[in-house]
Amino acid sequence: MPGQAAELVFDEATKQYADRPEPAVDHLSLTVAAGEICVLVGPSGGGKTTALKLVNRLIELSSGDIRIDGTSVKEQNLVQLRRGIGYVIQQVGLFPHMNVEANIGTVPRLYGRSKAWIHTRSLELLELVGLDASYAKRYPAQLSGGERQRVGLARALAADPPLMLMDEPFGAIDPIVRARLQDEFLRLQREVRKTVVFVTHDIDEAIKVGDRIAILRVGGRLAQYDTPAAILERPADAFVAEFVGADRALKALALRTLAELELGPLDGVVDGAPRLPAEATLRDALSLLIAEKRDTLVVLDARGNPAGSLTKDDLLR
Amino acid sequence: MNVVLAAGGPVIPNFGQGSSCEIHNGWFCTDWLRAHWGDTLQPALIQHIELAAIAVAVGFVLASALAFAGFRFRVLDPPIGVFADFLYTIPSIALFELLVPITGVTETTVEIALVLYTLLILYRNMIEGLRSVPPDVLEAARGSGLSRAQTLRRVELPLALPAVIAGLRIATVSTVSIATVAALVIPKGLGQPIFTALEEDVFKTEILCAGGLVVALALCADGLLVLAQRALTPWARLERSA
Repeated sequence: MPGQAAELVFDEATKQYADRPEPAVDHLSLTVAAGEICVLVGPSGGGKTTALKLVNRLIELSSGDIRIDGTSVKEQNLVQLRRGIGYVIQQVGLFPHMNVEANIGTVPRLYGRSKAWIHTRSLELLELVGLDASYAKRYPAQLSGGERQRVGLARALAADPPLMLMDEPFGAIDPIVRARLQDEFLRLQREVRKTVVFVTHDIDEAIKVGDRIAILRVGGRLAQYDTPAAILERPADAFVAEFVGADRALKALALRTLAELELGPLDGVVDGAPRLPAEATLRDALSLLIAEKRDTLVVLDARGNPAGSLTKDDLLR
Repeated sequence: MNVVLAAGGPVIPNFGQGSSCEIHNGWFCTDWLRAHWGDTLQPALIQHIELAAIAVAVGFVLASALAFAGFRFRVLDPPIGVFADFLYTIPSIALFELLVPITGVTETTVEIALVLYTLLILYRNMIEGLRSVPPDVLEAARGSGLSRAQTLRRVELPLALPAVIAGLRIATVSTVSIATVAALVIPKGLGQPIFTALEEDVFKTEILCAGGLVVALALCADGLLVLAQRALTPWARLERSA
């Protein structure tokens, strides 16, 4: 079975359907470093899902190439290629006639793993995705939407693939659960360090989960590929600026935490000033100051003791 | 025993020393049932089960083959479906008449007719079942690296099972019922005692017994299939209530 993380390269990857004038994906070139999350984002018609499916060849390339750790996807046996890539989709697609353990064991079974191995592995993965071991024997119909997507994620991770493809994985889940799943996915990613291609239409989700973001415009052309901070600070053109939104400066603040700033002294700070932990984002801090009509806030350390102060100007500098 | 009444009474099939109930052709003579269970009803019941079981089994195999063909090659589905529809519309007595010149007055004739009637229901349900697999489930199967054969065996077939068993239930019940008419061709099955009882006069007890056995047999077979479905597809009930 596979393991580790792989480097993924799109090299002039193009998909042209015979019955359409414009390509769905147009000469897409980008490199996703091993262990990074690349988010493909853009309006509908931007070809992001098509680009994703070119990787596991659910859709075949018209021209150009895609390489995983230097090997072209075109040179690999179709089922071998797919078994080595974790695949997560919005509707999850759990097998309704199999319990959670059997669902998670799908790909390991194809690799000939024993029942005992699959049992152990599924318990491991359930814990990793934050589900109790008692879920192993449940059927998909007995799970909530969020639980199903956790199982979908566990199934994709089961054979320890070096590459994961995630097609709007949290798109069908209500906002509160979605935020929690995003957080847990990022925690999980810090543990497993896979190379991930993540499709979403939600720029906020892209900014939150992406190490790098590829913004695609209609016609499947790459508008910009960079880190979230760089895209928010320096949108490549008017399309990107509009797509990331007029509040991009505020979104950029959400990428940084108070811990990254140099704190001012505590003396002179009035009693009753708002307090926030150091891991709060600059955006939350600014929002709090505006809401409380204050200019200064107290930053707390890990134990909850005041560590220093920050002014509105400090946040915006 | 009243000799005058016996002489003027109905002609009773399976003649013998009839009880007064039999002689008066009462609605249900338990003594007749006791006397003729062994020589009339039980053999007929066993023959009936054989006739129906062979027909459903052969029909299942044929319909499966057709369904795989119609599922794999979509162009084949409409012609197969129309042909099965057409077969189903032929009245059973007419179908026996059509077959007798070809296969003779044999059990084969009966089985061919019974098998043909199962095809439509079994075929349609199998195709529906195979096609009912949600697209996201198929995409997950493909994306996980299941080959086409593995997808069929591990995903499509198990998920088609509830529809297949539903088809089997209808086919079984209708075959048990139609097999009664087989007695027109060969002296076998529960149709035999019914036709005997109808022949010269209507002997109510025999008709009720044989008819009742047909109904009971159909209900038992249906019940067994329901149990089989629960055992084979424990997830299906959860799906419905979810």
